[in-house]
Amino acid sequence: MSLAASSLSSLRRQLTSGEISSRDIVEDVIAQISSRDGDVGAFLSHHSEDALAAAEKADLSLPLGGLPIGIKDNINVAGQPCTCASKFLKDAYTSPYDATAITKLRAAGAIPFGKTNLDEFAMGSSTENSGLQTTQNPSAPGHIPGGSSGGSAAAVAANLIPASLGSDTGGSIRQPASHCGVVGLKPSYGRVSRYGLVAFGSSLDQIGPLTHTVEDSALLLNALAGIDPRDSTSLEDPVPDYTEGLDAGVSGMKLGLPKEYFADGLCPKIRERIESAAKKLESQGAEIVEISLPHTEYAVATYYIIAPAEASSNLSRFDGVRYGNRTDHPADMLSLYKDSREAGFGSEVKRRIILGTYVLSSGYYDAFYLRAQKVRTLIRRDFQEAFEKVDAILTPVAPETAPKMGAASGDPLKHYLADIYTISANLAGNCGISVPLEPIDSLPIGLQILGPHLGEKTILRCARAVESV
Amino acid sequence: MADSHIDVRYVANLARINLSEEEVTRFGGQLEGIMAHIEKLSEVDIEGIEPSAHAHDLSNKVREDIPVQSLPTEGFLQNAPDQADNQLRVPKVVDA
Repeated sequence: MSLAASSLSSLRRQLTSGEISSRDIVEDVIAQISSRDGDVGAFLSHHSEDALAAAEKADLSLPLGGLPIGIKDNINVAGQPCTCASKFLKDAYTSPYDATAITKLRAAGAIPFGKTNLDEFAMGSSTENSGLQTTQNPSAPGHIPGGSSGGSAAAVAANLIPASLGSDTGGSIRQPASHCGVVGLKPSYGRVSRYGLVAFGSSLDQIGPLTHTVEDSALLLNALAGIDPRDSTSLEDPVPDYTEGLDAGVSGMKLGLPKEYFADGLCPKIRERIESAAKKLESQGAEIVEISLPHTEYAVATYYIIAPAEASSNLSRFDGVRYGNRTDHPADMLSLYKDSREAGFGSEVKRRIILGTYVLSSGYYDAFYLRAQKVRTLIRRDFQEAFEKVDAILTPVAPETAPKMGAASGDPLKHYLADIYTISANLAGNCGISVPLEPIDSLPIGLQILGPHLGEKTILRCARAVESV
Repeated sequence: MADSHIDVRYVANLARINLSEEEVTRFGGQLEGIMAHIEKLSEVDIEGIEPSAHAHDLSNKVREDIPVQSLPTEGFLQNAPDQADNQLRVPKVVDA
């Protein structure tokens, strides 16, 4: 197995025993990308010299010492481009600072390496909305890798890099992890600082890891979690060691199957895989119970008001004044804004800005936005009540395996409806993880394990049990 | 719920985006489909329910009033499309 294909934990063992050096790992990552990423298209950019220099100085006494981590290109890494896969920022923006997640990775000894492809500004679930390049599903070329963290998932699945960071606003870590066959964790809202993550839906966004193993996910969360004075929504709660007790098993755990997640629209083979995973967990001592999340059918509608509303506000900063694309010779300020934004943004971004501006506009605010915020309260309550009965919830991640590229083009609603199993966790602020199950016709699928607020240890332990059978 | 017809050109102006004729037509159709789905929310009984702006009940956090170093001027200006005298330059906003 090449070094780039190895788990962080196994590389860590080889590094500390002196069998390999950090430079060996970084050189292999560079070699893998240069020989194979032309076919995958996971990376938008990488700075080999910087990474090799960092490898020379790696402090192996640190928990992630000398380990390269791919970074979704909506997370700022000082001195590197941050395109958000948008023509608006391509060749027009270099990050002047590190996101807190990057500062924390560096403090743990890791080497941020390269920037990975995404749906433009993280808006999408196929990476087809990238304004810059196409990313293939490494298990099934011609199929989407999922999204929006499709580059980060494909980079790990294609064994180009041992692990990467993504961001998840409505499933954008868990769904590409499921489609590519890697482990993807969305931490609870507030667990990881959002400072330096280009904001999409500020009340929904979280940064999290995409990895080969559950243990690696825990290792990265150890480094990422914690309060940040620069993000007032980050939480003060103490950060436990997420690797501790990972192998404690699920004996005595109560796991819920929400009946609304197994209704019409779910591919029967995926249902079968999820139910069989639940049976295996039962045989390991977990108690499986049916639960109800009654407002599930309203989650997509609620999300597609709240997320575009927040996006329309957040993306107003891309106006051609301070950074990014500015139209040539604007006649006045208004045309500077309008022409710069027209030329810089792709269709999905424009569509969501229009939708978000509409639901916030005078006369419609109460009917749409305020109503959606109230339904959000009901969705939160569904989960609060469910987690009084169970420790974690088992669900599918997506209704189908990775579709072929272009399958839903021209029909944005079809894409939105496929987010049904992942978006509620963002609306409620819970944590969730996708862990690979046995593929269907060589297409990967994941099991989603949802946990209560700050229940990361529980879902990691449960995911580890799924992984080990 | 409100009428779900969207005047795309009017909203695009509010959002400060120019759209082509083709985009106005295409987005108009797509957004009406999306709004028809969103109409589902009118079924939900929200009487007496408090809105959630966030996933958790957050309150304001204030820090000690001690000056800290922020990004230096060159950091702010390094990506500026146009600048002069350590400031951003834009077309004239107000006529003298």
